[in-house]
Amino acid sequence: MMWLTLLMAIPIIGTGVIAILPKKNEQAVKQIALTTTLIVLATTLAMATRFQRDNVELQFTEKYSWIPSFGINYALGIDGLSLVLIVMSTILVPVVVLAGWNEPQGGRWSVKNYYVLILVLETMMIGVFAATDLFLFYVIFEAMLIPVYFLIGGYGTGERSGAAVKFLIYSLFGGLLMLAAIIALYVISSSQGGATFDLAALSGLQMSSTTQNLLFLGFFIAFAIKAPLWPLHTWLPDAADSATPGTSVLLLGVLDKVGTFGMIRYCLTLFPEASKTFTPVILVLAVISILYGAILAIGQRDLKRLIAFTSISHFGFITMGIFAMTSQGHSGATLYMFNHGFSTAALFLIGGWMISRRGSSTIADFGGLQRITPVMAWMFFLAGMSSLALPGLSSFVSEFLVLVGTFTRYPVHAVIATFGIVLAALYILIPVQKALHGPTTPGNENLSDLNLREKIAIAPVMAIIVVLGFYPSPLLNVINPAASHVIAQLGFSDPAPSNGGK
Amino acid sequence: MSFISPTLDYTLLSPILILLGGALIGVLVEAFISKALRSTTQLTLTIGTLVLSLAQLWKIRNEQSMSAAMGSVVIDGPAILLQASILIIAILSILVIADTDQFTALAAALPGSEEERHSIRTGNQVTEVYPLTLFAISGMMLFPVATDLITLFVALEMLSLPLYLMAGLSRRRRLASQEAALKYFLLGSFSSAFFLFGMAYLYGYSASVTLAGIRESVVGGSGNDVLLLLGMAFLSIGLLFKVGAVPFHAWSPDVYQGAPTPITGFMAAATKVAAFGAMLRIYYTVFANAEWSWSPVISMIAIVTMLFGSFVALAQRDVKRMLAYSSIAHAGFLLSGVIALNKAGLDASIFYLFAYGVATVGAFAIVTLVRDSSGEVTDLNRWRGLGKRSPWVASAFAGFLLAFAGIPLTSGFIGKFSIFSAAYESGAKGVVFAGILSSAVAAFFYIRVIVLMFFTDPIQDGTSIEIPSVLTRFSIIFSILVTIALGVFPAPLLSFITTLATFIR
Repeated sequence: MMWLTLLMAIPIIGTGVIAILPKKNEQAVKQIALTTTLIVLATTLAMATRFQRDNVELQFTEKYSWIPSFGINYALGIDGLSLVLIVMSTILVPVVVLAGWNEPQGGRWSVKNYYVLILVLETMMIGVFAATDLFLFYVIFEAMLIPVYFLIGGYGTGERSGAAVKFLIYSLFGGLLMLAAIIALYVISSSQGGATFDLAALSGLQMSSTTQNLLFLGFFIAFAIKAPLWPLHTWLPDAADSATPGTSVLLLGVLDKVGTFGMIRYCLTLFPEASKTFTPVILVLAVISILYGAILAIGQRDLKRLIAFTSISHFGFITMGIFAMTSQGHSGATLYMFNHGFSTAALFLIGGWMISRRGSSTIADFGGLQRITPVMAWMFFLAGMSSLALPGLSSFVSEFLVLVGTFTRYPVHAVIATFGIVLAALYILIPVQKALHGPTTPGNENLSDLNLREKIAIAPVMAIIVVLGFYPSPLLNVINPAASHVIAQLGFSDPAPSNGGK
Repeated sequence: MSFISPTLDYTLLSPILILLGGALIGVLVEAFISKALRSTTQLTLTIGTLVLSLAQLWKIRNEQSMSAAMGSVVIDGPAILLQASILIIAILSILVIADTDQFTALAAALPGSEEERHSIRTGNQVTEVYPLTLFAISGMMLFPVATDLITLFVALEMLSLPLYLMAGLSRRRRLASQEAALKYFLLGSFSSAFFLFGMAYLYGYSASVTLAGIRESVVGGSGNDVLLLLGMAFLSIGLLFKVGAVPFHAWSPDVYQGAPTPITGFMAAATKVAAFGAMLRIYYTVFANAEWSWSPVISMIAIVTMLFGSFVALAQRDVKRMLAYSSIAHAGFLLSGVIALNKAGLDASIFYLFAYGVATVGAFAIVTLVRDSSGEVTDLNRWRGLGKRSPWVASAFAGFLLAFAGIPLTSGFIGKFSIFSAAYESGAKGVVFAGILSSAVAAFFYIRVIVLMFFTDPIQDGTSIEIPSVLTRFSIIFSILVTIALGVFPAPLLSFITTLATFIR
C-alpha cells in the first residue's frame, strides 16, 4: 500500500473539496479542513503502527520515474527519524487548525485561502520528510516557502509583508546555494556511472575533499538558515512576530525542523568526511546560538519575539546534538526536534490567545492573569516549564540526552551549553512572574479564560509534553536504531563514559 | 557559366513557405477587404496560416536533410523544435495582438493630428500588424535553419525589419513608441552591419559562405586565425545584439517599454528563440572546434549579462522595463547553454527557450490588461493591491514571475536546473555560480512585485483590470498551464527534445 503517497494526497483532496465550497460558508470550510487534517493524523498513526522499529532500512518505500532524462524519481521512504517528524507534523496541523479557528478572519484574504494554504503546506511537510530522491526533496523544500510566504504576508500582523519577504529571500538564497551543490552532485554522479538523485547512490560517490567541503557548505548553509543557526537567524524573530500564532507553530515547529533534519539526512549522509571537518566550527556556532538565543530572549519585552529567541537557543541544542556524533546526542537531537515542536506550539498558541484577548503582545501588559484567567495562566506556565526543560516534562529527556551525548566527546562545549539551561530558567520565569503573578495590569480585569475549543486544542499538546516526560521510551525505541545507524555509518563509535581517568 | 536551376524540397520548406504565402495574402486583404470585415479576416487568416504551418511541421518532424534548398537550409531535429517553439509562441502572441485597441489606427498619420483622430473616430483601424507579424515569423523560422551566411543574413533582416515597424505602432504614447522604433532600427542596423562585417571576415578566412565550408576550415585549422577571430567576434556581436546580451543590450529596455505591449511580448519571446537557435547552430557546429578562442569571452559576457540584468532590474519602477531587464538576465542564463557545448546543453537550451517564451507572452499579455482611462498602467506603484481587485489575474502574473525566478514546480526551475547542470558538466563552474547568485538577486525583484500585488492596499487612482477578451484569456490560460505543467511533468517534452535534438552537419 502506498502509505506515504496516500498521506500526501489526503490534504490535496481536502483542498479540492474546500475549493468547490462557496466562499461565504466559512464554517463548512473550517470543518472540512479540520476533518481532513484529522484523517491525515489517523492515517499517519495507522502507518506508524506498521513501522518496524528495529529495521534501520527505509520503510514504506515507493519509487516511480518522474523525469527520466535527468534520472529523477518520485521516491519516498521513511526511517525512524522521518517517521517521528511526520507524526509530529500531522499532530500539529489539526491542533493549529482548531486552535486558530478565528485566526484567518483578520487576514487580508479569505478564510478559504487560509485553509487551502495550510493543507497544501501539510502535503509538502510530509513530502519533505519522506523524500528519498534529492531532487524531489529540493523541489518540496523550495516550493513550501510559497505557502508560508503567503500565510505570513496574507494573514499576519504588523510588518507582515516585510517579514514575509525577509523570510523568503533568506530561504531562497540558502536554497540556491544548495541548488548549486545539487547540480554539482548530479554532474559528479553522471560521471561515475549514471546520473541519479537517489540518496543511497549519491552517498557512495567519490569526491575530492575540497569538492566535498564546498558541497557540504552549500547544503549546510541552506539548512542553517532554515534551522536557524546563529548568525543566520535574523529572519526568524521578524517572521514569528508578524505571523499568526498558527503559522508560527508550523514555521518554527515543523519547517525549521527541515533544517536540522536535512543536516542529518543530507549533510551527514552525503558528506561524512566534510561533516567531520566542519564539526568544530559548527559546534561553536551551536553553543553561541544556545547562549545568544537565551540571552536575547531574556531581554525581550514582546511575547512572540521572546518565544522566537528561545527557539534559536533550542535549535542550538539540536544542532549540537547532531554534530556531537554520538548516538545519545543523535537520539537526543531527534527527540528534541519532536519535543520542541510541542513546547513551541504550546507557547505560541497560548501566547497567541493571551495576545488576542489583551490586544497587545507586550509582556508587561499581562499582569495578574493567574487570578483572572487561571486555566490559561497555568497552561502557559506549563508550556514555559516545558521550554526550560523541567525534569518530568518531555523536553528534559531530550536536553539531557543531548548534553550527555555531547559531553562524552566534547566536554567543554557541553559544560558551556549547560549555562543555556540556567538562562532558560531566567527567560521563562521572568515573564511568568511579570505577566502571570504580578499585580493586575489595568484593563485585564475582564479577560476571559480559555473556552472549550481552545481547551480541546491544547489538551493533546499538553498531554504529549507530560506523558513523554515520564515515559519517552515508545518514541526512543523508534529513534534509537535510526540514530545508531547514522553514527555507525559515519564510522564513529560512542566513547565509553570515563570517570575522569581514575 | 551555365545556370543551374535550383532544386527545392517544397515539403521541408513548406512551414516557411506557408507563412510567406499567408503574409502576402494578408497584404492583399489589407488593401481590398472592407474595413468592417478586415480585422476578422486578418485574424482568421493569420491564425489559420500559423496552425497550418505548425501542422506541416509536425508531419516532417522526423525528417533530416541538408539539401532542402540547395544546401542553404537544413532541416533537423533542433530545427523542427525551434520552429515549433516559434510557431506556438507566435500563435499565443497573435491572440494578444488581436486586441487592436493597442495599436494606432493609422500608422501613417502624425501623432496627435486631426487625421489620426478622424480615423479613430470613424473606426478606420488598419491591421497591417498581422502581415508584418507573419513576415517577422517567417524570418525567425528561417534564421535557425539557415546554413549559409547569405541566407542567415537575409533571415536576420527578414525578422528585424517588420519588428522595427511593429515597435512603432502603439496607439497611446505614440511618440515614445516611435522613438523606440527608431532606436531599435538604428542600433539594429549597426548590429546588422557588424554581422555583415563578420561574414566578410569569415569568407576571407575560409573562402566559403556556407557554414559547412567554414567549419572545415576551422577543423582543418588552415586559414588565418586573425580573420577567424575577427569574423567570430563581429558575427557574435550581431547575434548578441538580437538576444540583448550586455554590452549590446542598450536598446532593449527602451524598446520593450515603448513598443505596444503585445509586440513586446512577441519580440521578447520569439526573437530570443530565433536568435538563440541560430547562435546554438553556429557555435555548436561551426565554431565548436575553436572553443578555446570564444568560450572565455562568451562566458564573461554571460556572467556580466546575468548579473547586470538582475541588479539593474532591482531599481526599476516600471513593469515593462523590469521585464526587459529580467529578459536580459535570462539571455545570460541562456548563454550558459551555448557555453556548455554538449548535448545536454542543446536540449536544455531548447527547453528553456520554449518555457521562457511561453511564460513571457503570458506575462506581457497580463500587462496589457492593467489600464486606466489613458491606456496601460505600467508604473509598478500603481499595481498595488492588484491581488485584491482581480485575484485571478494577479495570481497568474505571480505564477509567471515565480517561473522567471525559477521556483520549483514551474517550468522556469526545470529550465534553470537543466541549463546550469549542462554548463556545470562542461566545466563552466564560474558561469553556474554567477547564474545562481543572480537568480537570488532576481528573486528579490520578482517577489517585490508579488508583495505589491498581494500585500499592499490598492490605491484609488482609476487603475483597473480590463476584462480580458476571449483570445487574450485563452493565451494567458494556456501559458500558465504550460508553465505549471512543464514544472510538474516535464518528462514528456524533455524526452521528446532529447530524441530529436541533434544537429546534422
